[in-house]
Amino acid sequence: MELEEPLLVVEDLHVHFKVGAFGARKVIRAVDGVSLQLCRGETIGLVGESGSGKTTLGRAVLRLYEPTSGKVIFEGVDITHMPERKLRPLRRKMQLVPQDPFTSLNPLQTVGDALTEPLVVHGIVRNGVEARERALKMLERVGLVPPEEFYNVKPHNLSGGQRQRVAIARAFLLEPILVVADEPTSNLDVSIRASILELLKEFKERYRQGMIFITHDLAVARLIADEIAVMYLGKIVEHGPTKRVLTKPLHPYTTALLRAVPRVKGKTSLSEVELKGEVPDPSKPPKGCRLHPRCPLAKPKCSEVEPQLVELDKDHYVACHNPLL
Amino acid sequence: MSSLVLSVEELTVRYFTRRGVVYAVENVSFSASQRDFVALVGESGSGKSTLGYALLKLVPPPGRILGKRVVIDGVDILKLEGEELRRARGSLISMVFQDPFATLDPVRRVGDQIAEVMVEHGVALEEARKRVAELLEAVNLPAHIASSYPHQLSGGQRQRVSIAAAIALNPKVLVADEPTTALDVIVQRQIMDLLDDIRRRTNMVVLLITHDIALASERASKIAVMYAGRIVEYGSKSDVIEKPLHPYTRGLLSSVPDIERAEWPRPIPGLPPDLRSPQRGCAFKPRCPHAMEVCDKLPPLLDVGGGHFVSCWLYSS
Repeated sequence: MELEEPLLVVEDLHVHFKVGAFGARKVIRAVDGVSLQLCRGETIGLVGESGSGKTTLGRAVLRLYEPTSGKVIFEGVDITHMPERKLRPLRRKMQLVPQDPFTSLNPLQTVGDALTEPLVVHGIVRNGVEARERALKMLERVGLVPPEEFYNVKPHNLSGGQRQRVAIARAFLLEPILVVADEPTSNLDVSIRASILELLKEFKERYRQGMIFITHDLAVARLIADEIAVMYLGKIVEHGPTKRVLTKPLHPYTTALLRAVPRVKGKTSLSEVELKGEVPDPSKPPKGCRLHPRCPLAKPKCSEVEPQLVELDKDHYVACHNPLL
Repeated sequence: MSSLVLSVEELTVRYFTRRGVVYAVENVSFSASQRDFVALVGESGSGKSTLGYALLKLVPPPGRILGKRVVIDGVDILKLEGEELRRARGSLISMVFQDPFATLDPVRRVGDQIAEVMVEHGVALEEARKRVAELLEAVNLPAHIASSYPHQLSGGQRQRVSIAAAIALNPKVLVADEPTTALDVIVQRQIMDLLDDIRRRTNMVVLLITHDIALASERASKIAVMYAGRIVEYGSKSDVIEKPLHPYTRGLLSSVPDIERAEWPRPIPGLPPDLRSPQRGCAFKPRCPHAMEVCDKLPPLLDVGGGHFVSCWLYSS
């Protein structure tokens, strides 16, 4: 792993949005100084609550948003402010698997059209026959069999799980090397959620793409991610190997998140960290450590000085003045 | 022994749509006693929400309740009409919804909205205003929230307000339909703690409708598992979670990823049935690893011991 050049390097990335007008104008710092690296065949689980900036970060690395500052380097090329014309040939290699395929699939298009269109647009196939062949093969691979039958169906005739399989087929037909999956299983019933995760895991072994898996569900992240990065109000507060982050979290926020996950059986062995209140308005993040107004371990320093992400254990980073050791 | 508060007998709800009849809830019976925390667990299309609404006789057309009885504190809700029904909703049974935005009026102060619930039930305005302060305290909100509008509150605060309105008249049963599904997990925990706290203080029955069997397991004293409009298993939490009998319950439990283990969950193969055709036999048969010939007949919901009910031919002959 160490020898391989990273597929994606994100350096001190900021994505700010100006919202409102006139007097009510404010700036939301959705992503506020994030750095990470991703290699091929590796999956980072990006976890956090709503408003943490995880979706914005995912879209910014795919250049679906243009970053405010910092760098996004894809395969050694700086794409941070690359114009759309030059981005086009790279787009094929970086794909998004959205949360709700119902809104991303055109309701008037058949599954076959939805799958063959990108192949034609990106000039990957020479003709319609070849496109159809590839699409059928991919339908089979994502478990929609017999593929000929699904090829002519429209999205509203599919179940949620089947639609998500089509969305995955569509993304992987282009053989991307970077995939951002944004809550791909959150809208699905539990009994089928596992089969979609299985499919993504199988594709990870087959295509060795680098993947950013965005989720609020830590139990799901545990299954699919090699590393976990926890976001809170636009910043990564903890980042490390999955097992270590989930069993020996260093940040009070990670601990509180983990403790709050309902368990079918048994109890958590993590120490009690009860956070007060809810995530504050992202346009007015607290000074110092952004968690300090909610954190039971907060000391005076926490409201003054912003903690930096430091490597406290091998490959395990945390941004906290009083980490749980 | 605690006393029986809620008794649902042979409740059936169907939607008579232009495209045919939807068999949403079929012949459901269960009961709950004071202070019970009952979780109704099911996936989308299981009929769990329709069942919740039917307990308040709140099924919108083209839905019709064809059931027998929903008895709360000796009163059969399904027999009530007009003014009597309106009074029963709120004082006998009330409901909290997934999206409090949908139930709160966006242009009125939340304190007034809570007070209104009481005024409509004959409480004097002055008295109601006083009680609003108590209720806000009971749901751990500062008193000044009363003069806020819903959009000024966070998701968790809004849900607290709707809980305050729902318990204003001390109902015997509180139905909570996915009350935390739209909330983040830390806030979910706070809201569930609050519901549990209210239950303990008031002896209310809380009926939690949820798709999340882990949440049900963590909070409920009794669990009912629904599949295709029917209760397929019902019992104490320990029976249903530790000794699940119905193949669907077992499948559901092993399809949930567990944060404590890296073990890969096992999905249930196949899809839930289309409720637009009446079921003959067990609805789970096409997905069941133990399917037998007899499963073409509907299995009865039988007590296999100690109030643990299951509807499966594996356990009856």
